[in-house]
Amino acid sequence: MRYSHRYLPMTEQDEADMLQAVGVSGVDELFRDIPDALRYPGALPISPPLDEPSLWAHLQELAVRNTAASQCASFLGAGVYDHHIPSVIGHLISRSEFYTAYTPYQPEISQGELQAIFEFQSYICELTGMPIANASMYDGATALAEAGLLAAGATRRTRLVVSRGVHPETRAVLRTMARGLGIEVAEAPCSAAEGTTDLSLLEQAIDERTAAVLVQSPNFFGCIEDIAAIEPLAHAGGGLLAVSVNPLSLGLLQPPGKLGADIVVGDAQPLGIPQSFGGPTCGFFAVAEPLMRRMPGRIVGQTVDRSGKRGFVLTLQAREQHIRREKATSNICSNQALLALNAAIYLSVMGKRGLRETALLNMRKAHYAAEAIAALPGYGLPAAAPFFNEFIIKLPGSVSCSELNRRLLGDNIIGGFDMGKAYPELAGHMLVAVTEKRSREDIDRLVARLGEFK
Amino acid sequence: MTTDRIPPLPSEDLPFIFDLSRPGRIACSLPACDVPELPPERHIPAALLRDVPAALPEVYEVDVVRHYTALSRRNFGVDNGFYPLGSCTMKYNPKLNEDAAKLTGFGGIHPYQPEETVQGALELLYTLQSDLAALTGMDRMTLQPAAGAHGEWTGLMMIRAYHESRGERRTKVLVPDSSHGTNPASATAAGYATVTLKSDARGLVDLDVLRAAVGADTAALMLTNPNTLGLFEEHIAEIAEIVHEAGGLLYYDGANANAIMGIARPGDMGFDVVHLNLHKTMSTPHGGGGPGAGPVGVKRVLEPFLPAPLVERRADGTYFLDDARPRSIGRVKPFHGNFGILLRAYAYIRSYGPAGLRRVSECAVLNANYMLSRLSAAYDVPYPRLCKHEFVLSGARQKAFGIRTFDIAKRLLDFGFHPPTVYFPLIVEESIMIEPTETESKETLDRFIDAMLRIAWEAEHEPDTVLKAPSRTDTARLDETLAARKPVLHCDCG
Repeated sequence: MRYSHRYLPMTEQDEADMLQAVGVSGVDELFRDIPDALRYPGALPISPPLDEPSLWAHLQELAVRNTAASQCASFLGAGVYDHHIPSVIGHLISRSEFYTAYTPYQPEISQGELQAIFEFQSYICELTGMPIANASMYDGATALAEAGLLAAGATRRTRLVVSRGVHPETRAVLRTMARGLGIEVAEAPCSAAEGTTDLSLLEQAIDERTAAVLVQSPNFFGCIEDIAAIEPLAHAGGGLLAVSVNPLSLGLLQPPGKLGADIVVGDAQPLGIPQSFGGPTCGFFAVAEPLMRRMPGRIVGQTVDRSGKRGFVLTLQAREQHIRREKATSNICSNQALLALNAAIYLSVMGKRGLRETALLNMRKAHYAAEAIAALPGYGLPAAAPFFNEFIIKLPGSVSCSELNRRLLGDNIIGGFDMGKAYPELAGHMLVAVTEKRSREDIDRLVARLGEFK
Repeated sequence: MTTDRIPPLPSEDLPFIFDLSRPGRIACSLPACDVPELPPERHIPAALLRDVPAALPEVYEVDVVRHYTALSRRNFGVDNGFYPLGSCTMKYNPKLNEDAAKLTGFGGIHPYQPEETVQGALELLYTLQSDLAALTGMDRMTLQPAAGAHGEWTGLMMIRAYHESRGERRTKVLVPDSSHGTNPASATAAGYATVTLKSDARGLVDLDVLRAAVGADTAALMLTNPNTLGLFEEHIAEIAEIVHEAGGLLYYDGANANAIMGIARPGDMGFDVVHLNLHKTMSTPHGGGGPGAGPVGVKRVLEPFLPAPLVERRADGTYFLDDARPRSIGRVKPFHGNFGILLRAYAYIRSYGPAGLRRVSECAVLNANYMLSRLSAAYDVPYPRLCKHEFVLSGARQKAFGIRTFDIAKRLLDFGFHPPTVYFPLIVEESIMIEPTETESKETLDRFIDAMLRIAWEAEHEPDTVLKAPSRTDTARLDETLAARKPVLHCDCG
């Protein structure tokens, strides 16, 4: 029987009419420019097709074989967090005018997307305290790496100093990207007692070849970096300061833009974006005025149409690959538009009060949990620096983090990140995240279970 | 009502969400604090805290819903109509795949959960790796890269690692003058200089030019095949031989893979590295500019350099993430790539299977050739022969009447179509690049063709109609020069 499929409209009659118009006798003839030796004989060895009911059943079966962190009491963070996602977000980003559109290169029929991104840029400026933000990046990690590359270009220097408090995977991405351009990456250690970048070692690490200092706050240990103290060190040598932030923490914390940062980036996942096994998320990227024309990625600007009516377009495109090719500021050719929209809707829903209150809930619950765990015999809080919604605990001597997590899972609790996996010196330490979704009962249950391990 | 004062018309400008703000309104509902409510400075020193709250709008839930719904109505997606954007493969985005991404077992999993709690996700990724490798004729895939350009750079970094592992320092990447702008930009990001090769009169790689350009400094040649003119590089076997003999590698830009699924494989053509754009070929939605995914496949010799981690299968049938890759180029993206996109692509492949994917490419190519044959009546065709899934016209004939390709694109908006890609590739004057995809019916293609023929007539007989277009859209033509000269890139939120 003739092949038919619900996504393919071509009938036998269509095919005959179209072949006739083209002037060929069969579909095969359309491929006669592909040499016979290169034609694939037979059927590809790929997974067989499924009808719609079977496909849905198969996908559901795969999905139920995963334990959703969102269905347990999850204390796992380390860059991806289990926050409440208001219902309106899913409904609005599922408007297919948004999700089935391409990049808004035709502004007359893309004003919705363009205005949404313009509002996203405005939100990022407000949160970070920076004057200019782009339309978004792949994720927070590549955004920080691009910040380093931007700084190298702007200062004509070839060395970056990154705090060891930056997410280990972000540092790994940075190393790969820097290697491509022959940029050296030096790491500045953190103080074990404080859990923040060691300022005197940082000062020693910065030299006259240093293009930028890259830090994260709250950092991977959950600790809030003293940006005001890092800023003069970063700038003393003539380099720039790039800060990666958790945007939710900015509901409460001083924005880095007010503390002298030149570039502020981060991942918008905490702003209502599903965990989705870590991707896709959405990076944001904001700069000080002098760096505007060096920014990577797309930017939406306001303008007017022929009748003087307000409108929006993609702008400053002379930086981008489709115009500048090998001289572009970055090879990025997309943004995470749908997730930038997601984050913008989240911020609209939260509003002035909601964002601050959500940040407060995170902070208070995390501190409640930290104090309760610290009171358990054998447990401790090794880092003295202030934290937001995530903190490191030291486990009792004999307890292995992975074994502990396995036991917790049996009680429907997803435990924290095993620090030993990323920092060998921190084996036996766990990074615990507490969001607004964790009730006091969840926390008490975790504390009670931890208390059973000594 | 008195008649001496006419009430003004309501404003047509769509307000910013910030304009809707009224103190005291709220759109969220938060749990009560069930732990001690100490003042924040008891936990965090006051110096680290914001002096004033972020000035976000104060709106209620209906404002949010109506605002973004109003914005969505001023946007055009594939679900609104035909979107023949060349090189972008704007095919239909299946709805079941969207539903799948929303399943809690996919959307709600954390990347650092214990392996035994994410076996379904790992199996999906493993199968997708294998299916994409089989589809492209490569030995191994990484699913990490977030986009096509990200895949290009990942591939070039592996090529670099390969040459370095052989003690060679090659410095140049060759690209045809018809290539995507991302190719040279990615070469720069990987530390390479770009050499641009002039195409021959038939729009293909000129073998003599290639022979003259390759040498001991050639790291790779990047090619799209079919190329951006929609033409298959017939001499691909010789091209591969020339590059390989010089010690270089061959990179396949998968932007146009929709033309050849199940018909020919880059791996069999001699390509060493391939990226696919899942948001093009595998129907995952473009999302207004992202997220996408750009998996990269390599031949055996490049396998050691793949970014960490890869999904592996144990003898007992369980799956795990393999981070122990000592010769890897390192990480290119945190976690496991854009999982939410990867799972949609998997669902797409399973909806077709091998025979279906082949039929997809056949239909895409027949649609393109049909459009080309009908449109050649009114538009110049720089390379008049069979095309693959897309083709390029020139607006040179219309330019003689003072109508540019830009104007033609704007006039198409009045007929309810998204215009084709314009002014790319750069080697065709006033280029119009059309890619219909396989998911459009003959009636849709005919309506679009009729519009294009009408515009060609208007260009000759009533050019003003075209020059004034669009007239039926939310805004008229926008002043892009003003936007770039006096950048206004944000507004106040509060």
